[in-house]
Amino acid sequence: MPLRGILLGFLLFQSLLGAGEVRAGWLERKLMVNGAGATFPYPLYSRWFAAYEKVHPGLAFNYQSIGSGGGIRQLLDQTVDFGASDAPMSDEQLKKAKSPILHVPATMGAVVLSYQKPGLQSPLKLSGDVIADIFLGKINRWADPRIVDLNPAEKAVLESPDHPDILVVHRADGSGTTSIFSEYLSKSSEEWKKRVGKGSALRWPVGIGGKGNEGVTSFIKQIPGSIGYVELVFAKTLKLSVASVKNAKGEFIEPSPASVTLAAEGALSVIPEDFRASITLVAAKGAYPISSFTYILVYDRTPKGPGRAALFGFLDWALRQGQEMSPALNYAPLPAPLVKRVLDRLARSEQEILRP
Amino acid sequence: MNWRHWLNRLFIFGVCSLALIALVPLFSVLFYVISHGASSLTPGFFTSLPAPVGEIGGGIGHAILGSVVLISMCSLISIPLGLGMGILLSEYSQKPVSRVLGVVVELLSSIPSIVVGLFAYALVVRPFRGFSAHAGAIALSMIMIPLVARTTEEMLKLVPRSVREAGLALGLPKARVILNIVFMGSMRSLTVGVILAVARIAGETAPLLFTAFASQHWFQGLSEPLASIPVQIYTYAVSPYEDWHAKAWGGALILILMVLGLNLLIRVFLPRRKDG
Amino acid sequence: MKDIPVEKNLVDLYFRRTLYGFAVLAFLLLGGMFAFLIDLGLPAFREVGPANLLSLEWNPPLKSFGILPFIYGTLVSSLLALLFSTPVSIAAALFLTEIAPRRIGALFGFLVEMLAAIPSVVYGLWGLFVVIPWLRTSVEPFLRDRFGFIPLFSGPIYGVGMLAAGLILAIMITPTMTAICKEVFHAVPRSLKEGVLALGSTRAEMLWIGVVSSSRSGILGGMILGLSRALGETMAVTMVIGNTAEISMSLFAPHQTMASAVASEVAEATGVHLSALGVVGLVLLLISGFLFLFLRLALKNGGHSK
Repeated sequence: MPLRGILLGFLLFQSLLGAGEVRAGWLERKLMVNGAGATFPYPLYSRWFAAYEKVHPGLAFNYQSIGSGGGIRQLLDQTVDFGASDAPMSDEQLKKAKSPILHVPATMGAVVLSYQKPGLQSPLKLSGDVIADIFLGKINRWADPRIVDLNPAEKAVLESPDHPDILVVHRADGSGTTSIFSEYLSKSSEEWKKRVGKGSALRWPVGIGGKGNEGVTSFIKQIPGSIGYVELVFAKTLKLSVASVKNAKGEFIEPSPASVTLAAEGALSVIPEDFRASITLVAAKGAYPISSFTYILVYDRTPKGPGRAALFGFLDWALRQGQEMSPALNYAPLPAPLVKRVLDRLARSEQEILRP
Repeated sequence: MNWRHWLNRLFIFGVCSLALIALVPLFSVLFYVISHGASSLTPGFFTSLPAPVGEIGGGIGHAILGSVVLISMCSLISIPLGLGMGILLSEYSQKPVSRVLGVVVELLSSIPSIVVGLFAYALVVRPFRGFSAHAGAIALSMIMIPLVARTTEEMLKLVPRSVREAGLALGLPKARVILNIVFMGSMRSLTVGVILAVARIAGETAPLLFTAFASQHWFQGLSEPLASIPVQIYTYAVSPYEDWHAKAWGGALILILMVLGLNLLIRVFLPRRKDG
Repeated sequence: MKDIPVEKNLVDLYFRRTLYGFAVLAFLLLGGMFAFLIDLGLPAFREVGPANLLSLEWNPPLKSFGILPFIYGTLVSSLLALLFSTPVSIAAALFLTEIAPRRIGALFGFLVEMLAAIPSVVYGLWGLFVVIPWLRTSVEPFLRDRFGFIPLFSGPIYGVGMLAAGLILAIMITPTMTAICKEVFHAVPRSLKEGVLALGSTRAEMLWIGVVSSSRSGILGGMILGLSRALGETMAVTMVIGNTAEISMSLFAPHQTMASAVASEVAEATGVHLSALGVVGLVLLLISGFLFLFLRLALKNGGHSK
């Protein structure tokens, strides 16, 4: 009676799971800290979690990189302990929250124009209006005079008949990277602002959609002639070519942790109390124009208890020790004065929760 | 007459080559899955968790365990229900309930799996505010129940009428005849049906995407998100990392070995059309 | 039958009642599916209205939830799949019923069935890394160079897109269609085949006139069954179609189907967006239900007329 045996087996298995008495190493229950959101900081966060779990073995961080849009939604639905987003939440979104939400800047990154055009020697130089027209579909060939004008040295390659079409890759999911990129494009091109606008998901005039930074990089890697926007870290880890972009001072800046930190330092004085700030096209020398913060979003009034202690303890650690791990992974560390402001804000939150 | 002769040959040749084209994908899939996946199948692949992003190494042990948990939960729900419905369909086929059930079961099995997933999402994930193994198991069960019910019906209908009549003539209640004679007598073929249904469920991805969701940890309880092999393959396949691609192929190889292996075993050892 | 002991009646009664309970559960599941999907989709109807839902623009941040691009993607990819799969399935069924020796035919039939056993996500993986590079480097450039003047074969070549989805779907529905064709061909009476041969026709003419032509309605049924499979197929399509909610004439262009839209967006959707995806799911459910009923009725009529 094999069926009866199988049934018995399942019953036994189920009762084992249900009993919760199994304490074998691989079934050990830990205090779960659940998070979801941005794909961009995921490589850094996963190192942070691994490092922090080593010091606090009773904790397990479960982070789903499903995109900033999903992170914000799950935080609002309270299905996770923290959310993560590249773009700050809008006032409208904050109004939907059941209690105040804290934006904790965790690190900074650059949205880069990554491309695969075989034969190009030096990084492509692009300006805001050209990028906008590429993503509007108005510039659809690499040999377009406006691209050639910016890159006279590469004229021969750009005009070669191999892979002449520009194949646009964009995000298919809601994404903070898209918010930042489209905000930059709206500042750079009137037509973009009118026709497409800014947001975490857009109606793209051209191109194919990839899921997450991973999906977009994956397409760029596979398709010759393609161009897309991804976070710097993804382009760097996968050794993709990255364009230099014209900034507010008219310089062509190669994206790097250093040029992003320059953008943040240029904007320090205008960063508001709640840290929701844009640092695209900052008028500072050497600043990369498509820079951004990425945030960890938590409920300010997360109730006291082991969950809060784990979460806020981790945030404190991430702002101090965590920052040192960033540059090696192509993330820009937060400027020291900003770190101090954020730590002060977290300390205030801790004091307020202690009060009855 | 000659051109007709040639046309004849051409037609037969065309049919044969078109037919062979149908098999090209099968061999191509098998070739790539085996050649790309075999190198991933180290012991660590089965027993360890994924390494942090960008680091080489790690495995999909959590997803394998997750699939086992999901399949077990789903079997626990679907096998008794499916068998019961199958008995009703075959042994009480004249009752109106049974006739309606027949249509409902067929309709259920024709509903796209993504819609089933959406239903489980609305039923479990939304009200309970979170992805969970429960939701995944319910979604999978909705697919497995009709499968089991339909094979059970088919298998029981193969049992000759005379067997039932003999049992009834002995004065046994109908329930006893069905359970002890018809059902037990078809145990072998029913087992086959159930195993095939399990093989089918094991590869289902779409209904798990937003029910059981995914996780980077070992099993954490039935109310928590749970990793599974198919979802892990999807995540790894659309990622840009070569190491993850290799792991996706490795996961695919495990699935293929399991699914094709079960199918093959059943064909080889239990020829189905023996009695037909 | 008066002397049946009460106990025996009771056993039967409880047994039957338990089974009825299972049946009621199945009815509830089906009813619940409709109810919950309607509940999920209702807010979209209320907040943005049917005019918005039936528009061409799907742009959640701007509160546009037109599902027509998905319906277009689903229909075209499925029809494409039928176009590729029908001749292959007919040939495969002819081969295994009429042409091949018995043993080879059986082996061939088994292998075709194995195509159906491969999980969708594995097809997606294979499509992504094997089929798409092939389409991008060989097939699509060839088509565009020769037939670029036809809108179907124009535009930029990504590899991912409608053609890739249609091709993978075709592979996935071939086993279903082959199985139906096989049964239909089996049902062709021997006498008919012999009659055609006796008229002096060649084997090819016999196969074409005697077997294929006389099974037209059955083949059509197989196509509709294949269509209903293709409409709901999710994972492989999601991985190769390019996930773009646009309608484009070009087969090279990325699209989105109803199933792939639900698969790629539900986990991150909120509010009306989620609800609109519920509507997409509901439409998919209704279409597959409609095709199911159509097939059932057609099958019944076909059965009677024969």
